[in-house]
Amino acid sequence: MGVGIKVEKLNAWFGRTQALYDITMEAPANHATAIIGPSGCGKSTFVRCLNRMHETVPEARATGGVKIGELDVYNGTSAVQIRRRIGMVFQKPNPFPTMSIYDNVAAGLKLNGFHDHARLDEIVERSLKLSALWDEVKDTLRKKSGASLSGGQQQRLCIARALAVEPQVLLMDEPCSALDPISTGKIEELIFQLKEKFTIVIVTHNMQQASRVAEFTGFFLLGKLIELDKTEKIFTTPSDKRTEDYITGRFG
Amino acid sequence: MPETASANSEVATAPISLWRRGSDLLATAAAAAAVVLVLLPLGAVFGYLVYKGIGSINWAFLTQTPKPVGEAGGGMANAIAGSAFILLIASVIGVPIGIGAGIYLAEYGRNQFGNVIRFTADVLNGVPSIVVGIVAYAIVVLTQGHFSALAGGVALAIMMIPTITRTTEEMLLLVPNAVREAAYGLGVSRWRTTLSITLRTATSGVITGVMLAFARVAGETAPLLFTAFGNQYWNWKINQPTAALSLQIFSYAISPFDEWHRQAWAGALILIVLIVAAVSAVRIVAGRGMLKGAN
Repeated sequence: MGVGIKVEKLNAWFGRTQALYDITMEAPANHATAIIGPSGCGKSTFVRCLNRMHETVPEARATGGVKIGELDVYNGTSAVQIRRRIGMVFQKPNPFPTMSIYDNVAAGLKLNGFHDHARLDEIVERSLKLSALWDEVKDTLRKKSGASLSGGQQQRLCIARALAVEPQVLLMDEPCSALDPISTGKIEELIFQLKEKFTIVIVTHNMQQASRVAEFTGFFLLGKLIELDKTEKIFTTPSDKRTEDYITGRFG
Repeated sequence: MPETASANSEVATAPISLWRRGSDLLATAAAAAAVVLVLLPLGAVFGYLVYKGIGSINWAFLTQTPKPVGEAGGGMANAIAGSAFILLIASVIGVPIGIGAGIYLAEYGRNQFGNVIRFTADVLNGVPSIVVGIVAYAIVVLTQGHFSALAGGVALAIMMIPTITRTTEEMLLLVPNAVREAAYGLGVSRWRTTLSITLRTATSGVITGVMLAFARVAGETAPLLFTAFGNQYWNWKINQPTAALSLQIFSYAISPFDEWHRQAWAGALILIVLIVAAVSAVRIVAGRGMLKGAN
């Protein structure tokens, strides 16, 4: 089951440049929350703060409170443990190129010391079925490299890899921006099914995509969260002028 | 715009001028000539070695130790084994240190200390091999009190380390950051990511670096002169003077005896063949685990 996300007064910096200002928001469990906004507004930085990927960049830091269910992200838990509970899918598909399809999916578990082969087989199959890739790869699981798949397949492989560690939250940073419409459709369909099991936060450049997959949408501008509301409301009657300007295409 | 389109179609359908075709041909020919020039010395050296050396290679040459001057026959078996022994010692010392330093530079060394190591490695790469021999002599031979296989191995290891370090670093930096992030995102710790993901992704490049370093030191003579020293007999003890092919070739080549000259040619041929064989063997073994579509 997914858990809700609570963010309080989150600030983030790259060196001396502040990238996020006092973000406070909530994302409810088992729903998808979309983050939209123009390039450079801090969308990616925001989701990367949720699982502390932000701090892997030299000189980057963040302050404030993030709670994933009962888990306090910035207090008392190591970043490594946090990331095992929060899966992440990146903008460009990034399978491990020297690993087979099977090993790619099993990587998160194997590298953390889990070696029960029977259970691994089970988890790999279940994860690939969840990400709707199983039928396309089941005959070449161990023979082919993850890098040999097509772009859309690679992205679904990366989703399967993230699901295999059984996270409670799935963060997706523009997961479809490198994919064609057919692959995008498949992944959007997938997001719909995944909501039953996970809480999803998805960054997207594509406003139609946000309205298709997400119940809630947040609009970011220049590092600030301008407004967050039900998706229909954001796209029909936003309460802030800047949101309206953005969704009607007046800028951005 | 129609004008651009017509201008473009005019360009596209115009016959290719004689000058363009000529310069294309010329550039292709120049590139081909450069390839021949690069391969020619290699072919010439190998051909001449075969021509001069093949006649002296026989079963005895590969299985017997040298005979005293004036006696016909004898071989370089102990030198072949000694070279392998010294190179094994050098690799055991040099490969882990070199790869470890390369990992440090690529993954943690974006700082002043890293720059110092990088500079040191580059300088070490340019130090004449005889000087490296003297260093090994001072460190190992003087402390032990006698020449030894270990001293030879240490000298060659010192020569291998900078090459391995720098190539390992470069190969690791070629691994896209997205691959590291994928592992971090799964909750894999940094050191585990470095060893199981980054290093594994760069394996074939790192192996190339190791083989390059290995092949370079395999034929070194100067650093062995006063470390491994040479030996007319078999030796398998790590702290005893040991024969090496390059040393044997050197001492036979400067001797006044025709028979020894012939044996030196044969030894040189064997040395080159063994280096090529070792490098190819590692390549094949390392390439066996490769998957379809992996890059």
